[in-house]
Amino acid sequence: MLSDLNPDLVLALPELFLVVAAMGLLMVGVFQKEAATGGILITAVLAIAVALLLVPTGLEERATAFGGLYVSDSFSAFMKLLVLLGTALTLIMAHAYNEREGFARFEYPVLVLFATVGMLMMLSANDLLSLYMGLELQSLSLYVVAAIRRDSLRSTEAGLKYIVLGALASGMLLYGASMIYGFTGTTNFDSLAAHLIDAGETGPSTGVVVGIVFLMAGLAFKISAVPFHMWTPDVYEGAPTPVTAFFSVAPKIAAIGLLLRVLLGPFGELVLQWQQIIIAVSIASMVLGALAALNQTNIKRLMAYSSIGHVGYALVGLAAGTETGVRGVLIYMAIYLFMNVGTFCCILAMRQKGRMTEEISDLAGLAKTNPALALAFAIFMFSMAGIPPLAGFFGKLYVFLAAVEAELYTLAIIGVLASVVGAYYYLRIVRVMYFEEAMEGFDRSIGREVVVILGGTAAVVLLFFAYPAPLLNGAAVAAAVLFAG
Amino acid sequence: MLTIGLAHYLTVGAILFTLGVLGIFLNRKNVIIILMSIELMLLAVNINLVAFSVHLQDMVGQIFTMFVLTVAAAEAAVGLAIVVVYFRNRGSIAVEDVNLMKG
Repeated sequence: MLSDLNPDLVLALPELFLVVAAMGLLMVGVFQKEAATGGILITAVLAIAVALLLVPTGLEERATAFGGLYVSDSFSAFMKLLVLLGTALTLIMAHAYNEREGFARFEYPVLVLFATVGMLMMLSANDLLSLYMGLELQSLSLYVVAAIRRDSLRSTEAGLKYIVLGALASGMLLYGASMIYGFTGTTNFDSLAAHLIDAGETGPSTGVVVGIVFLMAGLAFKISAVPFHMWTPDVYEGAPTPVTAFFSVAPKIAAIGLLLRVLLGPFGELVLQWQQIIIAVSIASMVLGALAALNQTNIKRLMAYSSIGHVGYALVGLAAGTETGVRGVLIYMAIYLFMNVGTFCCILAMRQKGRMTEEISDLAGLAKTNPALALAFAIFMFSMAGIPPLAGFFGKLYVFLAAVEAELYTLAIIGVLASVVGAYYYLRIVRVMYFEEAMEGFDRSIGREVVVILGGTAAVVLLFFAYPAPLLNGAAVAAAVLFAG
Repeated sequence: MLTIGLAHYLTVGAILFTLGVLGIFLNRKNVIIILMSIELMLLAVNINLVAFSVHLQDMVGQIFTMFVLTVAAAEAAVGLAIVVVYFRNRGSIAVEDVNLMKG
């Protein structure tokens, strides 16, 4: 049956399925009102699971569709799997949260589905136009999701700050896109690459370089890299915890994938022009992520600075600009997904007397009151700090190795130093849990789904070293595509 | 006689874009003005795109403009909706009152 369809539609099947599912669920939600909220969330998770199966894996070569606007290759497939997995896990976490907090809105899963479609479009973009449309579909949904608790001042303030700064970023990205279009005469990534190779002798015109700088500024905003990170701590703190968990994985992975494709695809010729910027952004993100997190007291704010730091480490691999570097970034983002989802499961479990708490000091003595939770939390913190043999160590290892191979010694050394400083605040949490006097314990009912996700992600982080081959091979195949041309 | 060429349009676009960015950062009064500044930025990009499109004799720029216009409308709708829910909670939309969280 599938073969009867237009080949363009077959390639874009995951996106098409998700968008139809989202619109269907929206209709169900509108007509069923509150009654169907739980069912809509579960159906949304199932829809994402189906989309996961529809993502074409094992592609031999890249295929374009819709007049070159859309591309499907093993790179987009790898990143889509990560994004869909992250979305599904954080949606399941939201299910437990919604039931306990008495917060049931059918709009939430529907908006998340639309944002996911946007992310998939970003990862398959092969044209500045489809890049922009995918990014905006994702961003506009996320602005609303950040303000989803519309009776809460913190959540609406987070949404307000997010939309103002996010729209500024989109504007800059768009200005860059217009400059690139004007000075090359095309918006298609393949033609852009061909144009820039032709111009190789004389070098790119100033207009194109200005355009790339604006485009990178816009994308740096979306991955919350320094100096465009200022929205991150506020939005992470203000948004409801499952929303923060979602923000910290799926959109970030999608934006990193987009940045990789844009810089290495159409602008691969100009590596000397953008490499310096990426190195500077990477160093600034690692250092700020490590230093600013030192005296945070709110755990969600701390996670915001931690994610800024992690983006810095991932960019080390991109700065290398080599195939091993990109493979490192992909491995890093996959491991980051599991570490972050797990950590947010722990944060979701921080409840006293039926209310969420977010202060690090509330964790005191958790090792006595809830040893299993404290152990899981400690595993994730050690992994984030990059202590072997946990997964986080391997993530850092591959990007730093790539940087050393590309002879970026200063970058690698600063990265290692930043991760040592970073280890201090991760280990501070472990110290608070294990060596401080026991406070009042947390509520025992965490929710079955959260326990399963927590156990699963902890197992992945703990046992990654025993069986890393699938991830390493998948990342290697995906990275190779970007350098095939 | 002076003919208006590509450079003039690009200058106008650049000036409007800068005004939009400055409007976001220098404005201390009202969130609505920030939304207007965002709109100004997007329209400056549209001037750029249409000017390039005519200069290159290529339709892609004008098609891009149509998409940007649509997205700008959606962005304004979402932005105003968020401003409304924020006003209900805070009772004010002055920029200096958006300060519950540091940053």
